[in-house]
Amino acid sequence: MSVVDAPMTPLDEVRKSPSRLRSLLSFLRKHPQAAIGFVILMLFVFVAIFGPYFAPYGEREQVGPIFGTPSSAHPLGLDDGGIDILSLLIYGARVTLIVGFAGAVVAMLVGGSIGIISGYFGGKIDNALMRTTDYFLVLPDLVLMIVVASIWGRSLRNIIIIIGLIYWTYMARLIRAQVKVVRERAYVKRAQALGATHTRIIFRHVIPQIAPLLLAQTVLMVALAIFLETAISFLGLGDPSVASWGKMIETAFSRSAISYGAWWAIAPPGIAVALVIMAFNMVGTAAEDSLNPRLRVSHLARRHFRLRPLPDKEPPK
Amino acid sequence: MRAGWSYVGRRALFALITVFIAISLNFVLFRLAPGDRTSALRCQGCTQEFKQQLRADFGLDKSKPEQYVIYLNQTLHGDFGRSFVTEQPVTSELWQPIKNTLPMILLGTIISIMLGVTTGVIAAWRRNTLADKGTVWGGILFYSLPTQWLALMLILYLAGPLNLPTSDIADPYLAYNNAGAWAEFVDRLKHMILPAATIGLVLFGEYTLIVRSSMLEALGEDYILTARAKGLSDWEIITKHALRNSMLPIVTLVFLSLGFIFGGTILIESVFNYPGIGLQIYESVGNRDYPMLQGAFLLLTVVIILMNFLADLLYFKLDPRVTE
Repeated sequence: MSVVDAPMTPLDEVRKSPSRLRSLLSFLRKHPQAAIGFVILMLFVFVAIFGPYFAPYGEREQVGPIFGTPSSAHPLGLDDGGIDILSLLIYGARVTLIVGFAGAVVAMLVGGSIGIISGYFGGKIDNALMRTTDYFLVLPDLVLMIVVASIWGRSLRNIIIIIGLIYWTYMARLIRAQVKVVRERAYVKRAQALGATHTRIIFRHVIPQIAPLLLAQTVLMVALAIFLETAISFLGLGDPSVASWGKMIETAFSRSAISYGAWWAIAPPGIAVALVIMAFNMVGTAAEDSLNPRLRVSHLARRHFRLRPLPDKEPPK
Repeated sequence: MRAGWSYVGRRALFALITVFIAISLNFVLFRLAPGDRTSALRCQGCTQEFKQQLRADFGLDKSKPEQYVIYLNQTLHGDFGRSFVTEQPVTSELWQPIKNTLPMILLGTIISIMLGVTTGVIAAWRRNTLADKGTVWGGILFYSLPTQWLALMLILYLAGPLNLPTSDIADPYLAYNNAGAWAEFVDRLKHMILPAATIGLVLFGEYTLIVRSSMLEALGEDYILTARAKGLSDWEIITKHALRNSMLPIVTLVFLSLGFIFGGTILIESVFNYPGIGLQIYESVGNRDYPMLQGAFLLLTVVIILMNFLADLLYFKLDPRVTE
């Protein structure tokens, strides 16, 4: 009877792992910052899903004068077309959040798989893939996005793909580093010795181990994606057929809300974007902190030059 | 020292290859897209012969590899074609916007460094006090604000009370009335202050958080304890020991974000109608002025690669251990 044949199950029974919901609750209790962020997020997700059922007016319905001031009937006033801003805000939540989530998921899928392949197989594959990400890392994201958006045309699907294509590099780097650590663990070696295929090892042993980190990174990525969505829309490259917060800022600006002094047309969408981004950052940072304290600083550096591990943590090659 | 030079050499080679890839990507993005410049043309006199003539003029009738070689040759000679709108060479059209943008970015970066380092150091030094918490939350808040929205808010709430201009780079009447160099300088500065403040505030959030954690790390080191035991004043401990050692990540960070903020100016300059490189890109998108867009994209990429390279060199200078 060799060691590898020893049954692995008893460990689970001895230390019963807490249920998903319970572990989420204990995580939120330990990180009050994450709890606040989580509540804000849930609120916005609720609005995004059920918003159209309780929005006071339609998103294209003219209900009063141009740039009408806030009143009891219209708490946030009216925009340049006499449309109720509160209703627009509620309708816009859906598009903004969808773009944020979908963009982050595309980045996670592309970056995650490249990171896993690169970290797991190592050697030449690793070298080639990491060199490629190195080159993608230095492209100016906003400009690249504008160029691609203006060539491909204005649609939600294009925006999502562009966001995913711009941010996959960051994900790939982080995941690769983590996979490299997991690959050396004893149970992976054991599975290899038992003749498990690469696919099986990756799906059974590697991915479950890096899943929390992947999730935390995706949450942080959503914040970035929403930030990019407002930027694209503001530059007039957003989808013209749907209302989003970024587009609200854009129309308010281009229809000279400033000269009207109509702060109510500009302030609400910006505050909504800032709240959501902050909430995602609070949840993501707390999750990242508790999973990998070494990364505490580096994620902040991402917005302007994406992942470049801060020098004192890991010297560049 | 030899290991050091090979490190510098490797970084330089990397930078060169990256520039080459950026140039090629530029070709792929603009030329391999379905349809060419003439196929989107809608005008009454556009017969097939006319379009064919245009294709020949632009060199679009040649095969893609041939076009690529011609393109490479032109780019390496600094020829990016002519703007569709002004019909002037792209390089000369981009020069003035760059000159307008640079001082604004520098001013913004200085603002952000001053704000970020001061608040970050205070927060780390007074850890867990109200000042620390305020800084962290302020940092997160400014980090989350959409750039263009922050710019609009500054126009709404600061431009009026401070009597600052919100559009363009200079008052044309000053030059017309011969108001003198000093008046023109002050006028330029006034036009620059709001866009620069936007850059400053956007970067501030990121800088202050990073300065804070990098300072916290330094303050935990043994040499700080030694400095205290020697009886140095707080000021000396901070400036001579803690800040000096935590400068490393900060300095490289500044260089790297300097490169990327060039792209970020698109949002800021389009709000303030500031005639810099960002506004140029914004207008080129609206005008479908592809040669300009292409030139600007390449230029910004090269600037970022250059900044990356400088950051590498600077890092090597500050901490020669990187080559190990």
